Amino acid sequence: MNIAVCVKDVVDVSEIKIDEKTNEPILEGISREVSDIEKSAVEEAIKIKEEYGGKITVLTVGSVENMENIKELLAMGADEAVIISPPEEPDYTVVSELLAGAIDEIGDIDIVLCGEASIDLFSGQVGPRVAELLDIPQITYAEGLEAEEEKIVGERDVGGNKVMTVESSYPVLVTVTKEINDPRLPSLQEILGAANKPINEWESDEFMDHEIKPTMETKDIRGVSMERKNIIFDEDELEDSVKKLAENLAKEGLLE
Amino acid sequence: MVLIYSDDIDITKELIAKGKELADETGGKVISTIIGEVDEEAANELIYHGSDEVIVVDAETGEFKADKYAQVLNQLVEKTDSEIILIGSNKNGKELAPRLAVKLETGCVTDCTDLYFEDDALTAERIAYSGKAIAVQTFTSKPYVATIPPKNFDPLPKDESRQGEITREKVEVTETGLRIIDIQEKEIKGVNVEDAEIIVSCGRGFDNKEDIELAEELAGSLRGATIGCSRPVAADLKWLPEDHWIGLSGHKVKPNLYVAIGISGQIQHIAGMRDSETVVAINENEDAPIFESADYGIVGDLYEVLPKLIDAINEEKG
Ligand SMILES: Cc1cc2nc3c(=O)[nH]c(=O)nc-3n(C[C@H](O)[C@H](O)[C@H](O)COP(=O)(O)OP(=O)(O)OC[C@H]3O[C@@H](n4cnc5c(N)ncnc54)[C@H](O)[C@@H]3O)c2cc1C
Repeated sequence: MNIAVCVKDVVDVSEIKIDEKTNEPILEGISREVSDIEKSAVEEAIKIKEEYGGKITVLTVGSVENMENIKELLAMGADEAVIISPPEEPDYTVVSELLAGAIDEIGDIDIVLCGEASIDLFSGQVGPRVAELLDIPQITYAEGLEAEEEKIVGERDVGGNKVMTVESSYPVLVTVTKEINDPRLPSLQEILGAANKPINEWESDEFMDHEIKPTMETKDIRGVSMERKNIIFDEDELEDSVKKLAENLAKEGLLE
Repeated sequence: MVLIYSDDIDITKELIAKGKELADETGGKVISTIIGEVDEEAANELIYHGSDEVIVVDAETGEFKADKYAQVLNQLVEKTDSEIILIGSNKNGKELAPRLAVKLETGCVTDCTDLYFEDDALTAERIAYSGKAIAVQTFTSKPYVATIPPKNFDPLPKDESRQGEITREKVEVTETGLRIIDIQEKEIKGVNVEDAEIIVSCGRGFDNKEDIELAEELAGSLRGATIGCSRPVAADLKWLPEDHWIGLSGHKVKPNLYVAIGISGQIQHIAGMRDSETVVAINENEDAPIFESADYGIVGDLYEVLPKLIDAINEEKG
């Protein structure tokens, strides 16, 4: 079973601060990561490979500022990585065209795995777009996955208190939620072993047979501030603390 | 034309209201679609809420599948010559819209919180970085595809005197390799956290499912507040159904009062409740990030704090 896993190297969102002067989020100097959901996608790929053999290729579009993040996925058990450098300001159209193009170039892929969305912008577009470009079915929001010889079965929570079991023939694209598994932590030996695994850097004109143009332009990203009172009631007796809390809620008219 | 689709009729009505506003600027009509079960009443309902036309697509299309429904909508966009396509941002809508956008070779914005014309181009706003920022994006391609979350726009008032054309369409679709084997529907009374004025929200600080009763008791003292929860409580532990789940990947809420109990306050949770008027946090760890996002906090074991807090609130109410 040959598997491609699409991942993104993103800023650690919890570290982002807003620049008070420009009201823009400060993204420089913030640590970067491949989010847990995408590690879960890699983990799921490894489990399938352990059962059926094959090869796992990790794909990412964009400059990877922290190569350790990609090496970690190789240490987990992926076989190879492809880093595709995009033209300037890529949007979802460009990113998914590049991923689909790279998957075509690699050839003979049975399963494409993605996270349900990447954690920075949380659009969830890349998975469905790549599936449409490759003209294959998709199973989104999978919280359970069982690969069989001829088909794959997925469990998905579709909201509205409905859980759906679906099956698909290969090739298929699956987006996973982080509940699907607990991604393994590579051992030191695996980390050292991964040093020799190939990380290929591809330019889009090397494998794309057509030009791709963005369809969206980001005009502005402005910070949203949240003002809170941050009052902690810390009296000697808990009774007094809760009383103060209740009084404050009453004062705000919240107990009427 | 503005073409509208959601498998949830309440969201469809909200999209119609926004669609009308946009159609007023571009000229043209608002056309809503119902795919699947032919339901005369639902079609009328959409007309009463402002849709100029309703297209009902034959039930043969079957149960929702993103790849198939994208084929349906693609054909309807062409037939109606629609320039704007609004899709409800639930899970189905979010896996459908990007596929449709690829067919239409155009851009798409998911989870728009606002949508307007600026310099003749449709511009969309959406939350970025777990609510720390708003991204403003402009389409440089047409048609425009956007998904809009529930409760973002108010539906127009119902007007039963409104008239509109209801047409049936038969659309050819190719079957794909995907098959639905089973749908388990949990029979539970759904909650609507989006509409709640007070929310008591439970995190992994609770030891087991039964203890959620403590939160329910507090909710009882707070005008029958609605129970919410963090992702792990719904998704991992399954103590509460999905419709209680608040956060980036769950529901976005804006109550007057949000009480977070045993919730650490990770940014993905905050993304769903940051618009709350007043936030109270109860957590045994004084360094829990939830306190940074709270107006009032009590550091302590929820099992000790809750009973006492319930008493204090009841006493305060007299
Ligand atoms: C892509 C993605 C999307 C996500 N979307 C969401 C989302 O929509 N909503 C969401 O909530 N999360 C979401 N998360 C998960 C989020 O990152 C956190 O993991 C989650 O919010 C933690 O839930 P929690 O606070 O209940 O649990 P924990 O982080 O485990 O916190 C439990 C808290 O309870 C406290 N506690 C323990 N025992 C007691 C006690 N006896 N009394 C008082 N306090 C106690 C602890 O001090 C701790 O602070 C998402 C994550 C990812 C990667």
